[in-house]
Formats: sequence, structure tokens, C-alpha cells
Amino acid sequence: MAAKNWSFRMTPTRAVLMALAAIGGALMVYRLVVGLGPTTNLNDQWPWGMWIGFDVLTGVALAGGGYSTCLLVNVMGIKKFAPIARAALLTSLIGYLLVMVGLFLDIGRWFNFWRPFVSWGHTSILFEVFWCVSLYTTVQLLEFGEIATEKVGKRWHGIFKKILPVLLIVGVLLPTLHQSSLGSLYVIEVGKLYPLWWSLLLPIFFLMSSFFVGPAMVSLESLLSSRATGHKPEYNILQSLIKVAGYMMLVYLVLKIGDLFYRGAAGLVFAGNLEGNMFLLEMIAGIIIPLVICFTPKLRNSKAGLATFSVLVVAGVILNRMNVVFTGMSDYIGGSYFPSAIEWLVSIGLVAMGVLAYLFIVENFNIVPKEQHEAETDKETAAVKHTA
Amino acid sequence: MSKAVLVDITKCVGCGSCGVACKMWNNLEYRKESPMLGKDSKLDAENWTNIKLVETETGAEKQSIWRFVKNQCLHCEEPACVSACFSKALQKTKAGPVVYHANLCVGCRYCMIACPFDIPKYEWGKVIPRIRKCQMCPGRIKEGNSPACTEVCPTNALTFGEHKDLLKQARATINNDKKYVQHIFGEKEAGGTAWLYISDVPFKELGFRTDVTTQAVPHYTESIMHLTPAVGLTWGALLTGMYVYNRRRNTIANEENDNKKGK
Repeated sequence: MAAKNWSFRMTPTRAVLMALAAIGGALMVYRLVVGLGPTTNLNDQWPWGMWIGFDVLTGVALAGGGYSTCLLVNVMGIKKFAPIARAALLTSLIGYLLVMVGLFLDIGRWFNFWRPFVSWGHTSILFEVFWCVSLYTTVQLLEFGEIATEKVGKRWHGIFKKILPVLLIVGVLLPTLHQSSLGSLYVIEVGKLYPLWWSLLLPIFFLMSSFFVGPAMVSLESLLSSRATGHKPEYNILQSLIKVAGYMMLVYLVLKIGDLFYRGAAGLVFAGNLEGNMFLLEMIAGIIIPLVICFTPKLRNSKAGLATFSVLVVAGVILNRMNVVFTGMSDYIGGSYFPSAIEWLVSIGLVAMGVLAYLFIVENFNIVPKEQHEAETDKETAAVKHTA
Repeated sequence: MSKAVLVDITKCVGCGSCGVACKMWNNLEYRKESPMLGKDSKLDAENWTNIKLVETETGAEKQSIWRFVKNQCLHCEEPACVSACFSKALQKTKAGPVVYHANLCVGCRYCMIACPFDIPKYEWGKVIPRIRKCQMCPGRIKEGNSPACTEVCPTNALTFGEHKDLLKQARATINNDKKYVQHIFGEKEAGGTAWLYISDVPFKELGFRTDVTTQAVPHYTESIMHLTPAVGLTWGALLTGMYVYNRRRNTIANEENDNKKGK
């Protein structure tokens, strides 16, 4: 890595991704020029749609691998997870940058985006989210600075190394606050959000799920990249990593059930309506089956088991966020909302941009352990999941 | 100190004067496809108030009756929208109105999500949209006048005055006349609102949200927000402690390794 040689290999997949990113980018400009009405299916009944529900809420949750890995490796000092720390940070950084773009597109008066920095609506949960997400993205950029200065602007490297400990600690603290706050956002929906999801514990649930989805995302990425490259993933690391997730999920499950009984909403689970069934799907497929896999050594230690666990947990967290934003609100709101073509294409474009950025950075900076690095160029499929 | 409006639904004849006055005073557009009066009327960016016709039945003979329900922002005593706004674009004034300042608004629409009565609307068709809702004519109130809608009501269905006085008046009315339902909508709903309603038909039948919490909505989130600094500090200290401890442990382990190699 001595000389500044940049590389970006073209492959058919990458060409497709570039096309999607270009379409998405053009539509983003179009949206800013013509407004939300002509470009989205949002309306007075459904003021928040796909861009908030998927691009922001789900995006931030799935980027949780960054802070959970950082907590395990750098703060708790579990060194065996160190080889995946940089990849997790990069995923998270790109994830957050995409979330910021998504948010920027969704706010109607986008030229006013900086207002909350000076006009402090400090009673709002969104105020906390806004500050934490902005600061955390900055912190992650600085953390990435430590990696980037290995190659460019080397004379700054010493400074980045020095401030890194502070960045790492703040970089765990901030996500803890805003991951939970994203749940708190929906506490104000008291009486509107279906009782299976509304709870004063929403912040705790959002925080815990963002934590345990981290190992699942990291495993999924490692498995996919190994299939593309033939490089054997670090099974030992991944298996102990998902066990960490498993313990957290166990606590989550117990809390969820306890909370349902405490609020007298447990009866709704088996009501047989849309909400009840979606809740069951979320809990059984997203939590209980993965838990069985996680705590059955034979299953956990198999490649198929690890893959199933990861896919189910990621899907379960996505479903949970969708249920809070859409399923749980539809009974109260009525009417209908389905994302427009432009909403879809912009979201897909954002993911494509993220994947391309990930590929470029992995190819040009020291992100993954050396022996794995050679085969990085075929990581498309891995990265698609990675930045979603 | 705080102003309020009492709506007596039994007195409303559905003339629509209040809606016309609102449109004129606030310079709102008339739209054929979105009437402000009648069965299909609803609030939107240009309808800050609407007068909804509700057909229902009364008495033992199930006699069909009409009632008109005037909708607009209720101007909560502790508004969810104000607490939800992260740039202070919505503010509760001392006189009572909840007022919107477009220059501070980011357009995030969290107020629309937060409002327990789904009042704030958005200019979806505009490139630079604003949040739109009844402002309770704060300029008129400041000059000692009543809001435009209450000014023109020909049947005294709308009474403007001090919140305290109107609450007393409402209580007296429903106690003295048996036809009224024993409930003042807005007295306790969402922690209390500046607009109060009395009616001879149960509020639920008229389409009011009767299952709304009686606690002020901001209290729910404030209980969480108040915890944030404490949680943040404790968690930050804990993380720092863990970090320092583990680094120290690593250093010692490395030194010991070096010593062993040295031997």
C-alpha cells in the first residue's frame, strides 16, 4: 500500500449497480425540484412512508453492527472479534451516510435542515435523534480517517491514532442513545400504534434489536463473501459472535412477553387478525427459531445453521420496523399507502450507491484481513446485503 | 389568561359561515374537490376548519337526526405537536393558540404523526411545502378580537372567552339541561384543550376520538427524555471504565509476555 494506486475493477454486476445508482441519483434531484407530492405516494393520512420506514429506521438498525462490534472489540477488549471490526465500521458508516441522504430527501423544507442545530426543540425525541445521528456520522468519518490516513494524508495519521480512543467510546455512546430514541419516536403514538407494538419499553426494544442484528449482519456478509471468493469464513469468530446475539435475543424475548402481559395485550397475539399474525411471524421467525438454532450446538456449528440464523434475524428486525411503521398504524390511520415507483427506485439507488462505495473502499483501503483481501473484488453480493 | 372556544353542537345549523370567515381571514383557497361543509368535508392544507354533517339516530323511535361538527385544531394545553417539533416551528402561545412558524420548519412531519387528533396537514403539491392548520387567529386575539370563525357564528354555537369561564359555562349548561351528554370534550382529552365541545349526541357517534388518552401526550416522551442525560452519562462512564481497564490489562499481559520471552 505504499504507492497511491487506486483501483476499481468493472464487472457486469457493478455496471448494473452503477446504472441503478445513476437512476436513483437523477430521481433524487427530480424529487428536490418538483417536491414530494408528484414523486411519492405520501398523503395527509400517511405522512411517513418508505423513506422513513425503510431507508431511515431500518437502515439505522441494520447499521447497528458498527457500534455493537466496536463495543465488543474496542471497549470490552474481546480481541478475537477484531478481524471483523473495520468491515463492520465501514458498513455502518456507509449505512449512516445513506440514512442522512434518505432523511434529506424526505424532509420537505430541505434547505432548512440545519435549523434544529440552532433552534433547539429539545423536548422532541427527534431532536435527540437528529443530534446523535449527525454527531455519530461525524465520529464514524473520523474513525474512518484513521484507516484512510494509512494511505492518503499520512501525516495526519498520528493525530487520528491519538484521538481514536475518544472516538471509539463516543462512537458506542451515541448509537446507544439514538437507536433507542428511534423507538421512543413512536411512544408519542399512544393509542394510535397497535398495542402489540406500542409500549413505554419501545426504546429498549429498538436498542436491543439493533444490537443483536449486528452479529447477524456481519455473519451474513462473511458467508456471502466466502461463497464468492472461496475463502473460508472465520467460523469460530462468527459462532461465538452469534452466541452474543443469542443471549441478547433471549433477554429481548422475555422482556417482550413480560411487557405484553404487563400491559394486558398478550391476548391480542392470537387474535388471528393481520396485526396478531404479523406479530407472531416477527417473533417466531425472527426470534424463536433463530434462538433454537443459536443454542443447539449442532445447528449453530453448521454453515447452513449459521446462514439461516443470520437471514432470519435480519429479516425479523426489518419486519419489526415495518410492523411499527405500517402494520401497527394501518388500523388507526385507515386508507392505504404503497410506495411509488420513484420511492422504490430512490431507495434501490441508495443501496446501490452504498454497495459501490463499500466495494471501492475495500479495494483501496486496508479493511479486511490481508489473506482475504485478494478476492475482494467479487464481493458484490455480500455488500448488497451489507448496506441495505 | 388563556383563551378558549366553546362549541355547542346543539346550536349549530351548519350554515358554514365560520368556514367562509376562516378562508377569507387566512387567505385560503376554495377547492371544489375538497369541500369544507357537508358529509365529505375534511381538513386539508386549505381547509383549516370543516363542518362535517353527521347523520345519526336518536330516541326510542330511532328518529334520524343531523348534527354538524366543526373540526379544527383543538389547541391543546400541552400540545403533542409542539413537544414533537425538533426545531420549535410550532409554539404554544400564552394566550392559547398553537402557532406555526414556517421559517423554522424543516418539513419532517413528525407533528402530523404526533398529533392525537390528526390535525396538521401538509402542502403535498408544493415544492417547498408548509404545515397547515388552524392558528386560532393569534393576531386577532392579540388585538382583543375573537377568532374569525367565532366572530361570525349567527347561532352562538361558538363562544370565545377565557378558558376557565367557558369551562364553568359548559358545566352549567350540561347540568341544567337534560338533553346534553354529561361530558365536556376537551376538558380532559389529551390533557385538556382550548377548544371545548358539548353535545346532545354521544361524542363517539359524532366521530370524536373518545379513546384518546387523558394524560398530556408530551408527558409520555418527556419521561423518557428526562432519563437521557443520566443514562448517557452513566453509560459513557461505564464505557470509559471498561476501555481503560481492558487497555491496562492488555498492556500488563504484553509486558508479561515480553518478560517471558526475555528469559
